[in-house]
Amino acid sequence: MAKTKRIIITILLRLLAFGATLSATVVMVTSHESAEVMNIKFSAKYSNSPTFKFYVTAEAIATGYGLIVLFLSSRRSFDRLIVILDVVIALTLTSSISAALAVAQIGKKGDTHAGWLPVCNQVPKFCDHVTGALIAGFVAAIVYLVLNLYSLHVFLTPLFPV
Amino acid sequence: MALQSGEKLPMFIGHIWSKQKSRWTLLGLRLLAFLAAAAATLVMVLNKQTKTFVVATIGTTPVNLTLTAKFHHTPAFVFFAIANGLVSIHNLVMIMMDLLGSKFDYKGFQFPMIASLDMLNLALVSGGANAAAFMAELGKNGNSHARWDKICDKFGPYCDRGAGALIASFLALALMLLISFLSILNHKLVNSSSHNSHNNIIALPN
Repeated sequence: MAKTKRIIITILLRLLAFGATLSATVVMVTSHESAEVMNIKFSAKYSNSPTFKFYVTAEAIATGYGLIVLFLSSRRSFDRLIVILDVVIALTLTSSISAALAVAQIGKKGDTHAGWLPVCNQVPKFCDHVTGALIAGFVAAIVYLVLNLYSLHVFLTPLFPV
Repeated sequence: MALQSGEKLPMFIGHIWSKQKSRWTLLGLRLLAFLAAAAATLVMVLNKQTKTFVVATIGTTPVNLTLTAKFHHTPAFVFFAIANGLVSIHNLVMIMMDLLGSKFDYKGFQFPMIASLDMLNLALVSGGANAAAFMAELGKNGNSHARWDKICDKFGPYCDRGAGALIASFLALALMLLISFLSILNHKLVNSSSHNSHNNIIALPN
């Protein structure tokens, strides 16, 4: 009974994380907008910024990993390897979301000391799209952190205490 | 040396990795991580550069503009400083706990607390270091699509010091990753031998 509960909770968390990373990737990749302001053509795509490219790469890797692990999750011999890889993927997700949030905050508010103007006034739909992708990525990072803590709890309390 | 729940480690690891040596190794790594995170925090917080630019010339007198680059102009660097400060405090507390806390009664919570706090601080320092890294990349290369100029050609020493703080923080990140895994592995090795001795003691009267 305890084993089934553990497996169900793990699979639910992994499904949630897989959905969040998949939506983060897809929403970020499909975000592009062109605007023309005073004869200057502003074209905003996710690939204009290396940070967003890193974000898409990290989320795509996490999506692929989540898909593979969903099919492998009840095989006994891979348990420890999956726990270690979970920690690595959670770290990658937190780093990509924090980097993307830092650059998106500059895009929204600008940086007066560096002379950088905010771009969200020119391309508001692009900004909203990117905000959606960032929210999904944030949820994915939190779910992976919860999954790691749960795996640690399961790892520390053995199933058959002696 | 068989471990719990059907897991076996090779026998030579148990012989080489004695309890005392592993404790001092872990302590040494924590000290290094504390120093690296504290260095990153200090270098970032004290990072400041003032430069005077000649903007125009009216007649014969030049018009000067003084610009200052401080770390708290950029929210990502503030987060970086706070994250590294918290991680260095965490490592300091862990060192103190290891050296001075042997008579304190943890009621069995010692290892889960250490493991989960290590994991949370790992995520924190990873987030801080990467946010600052990408902000520094933006400052170094600019972004032509958003019409953001690069600032590192004007504020060279500021950028160099920031790069030093980033390197220290990534070093602290690598060390914290190693420490997390080693402390869990260490606990599994050490506690499994004590569990085996418990089994023998309980089984004997029967």
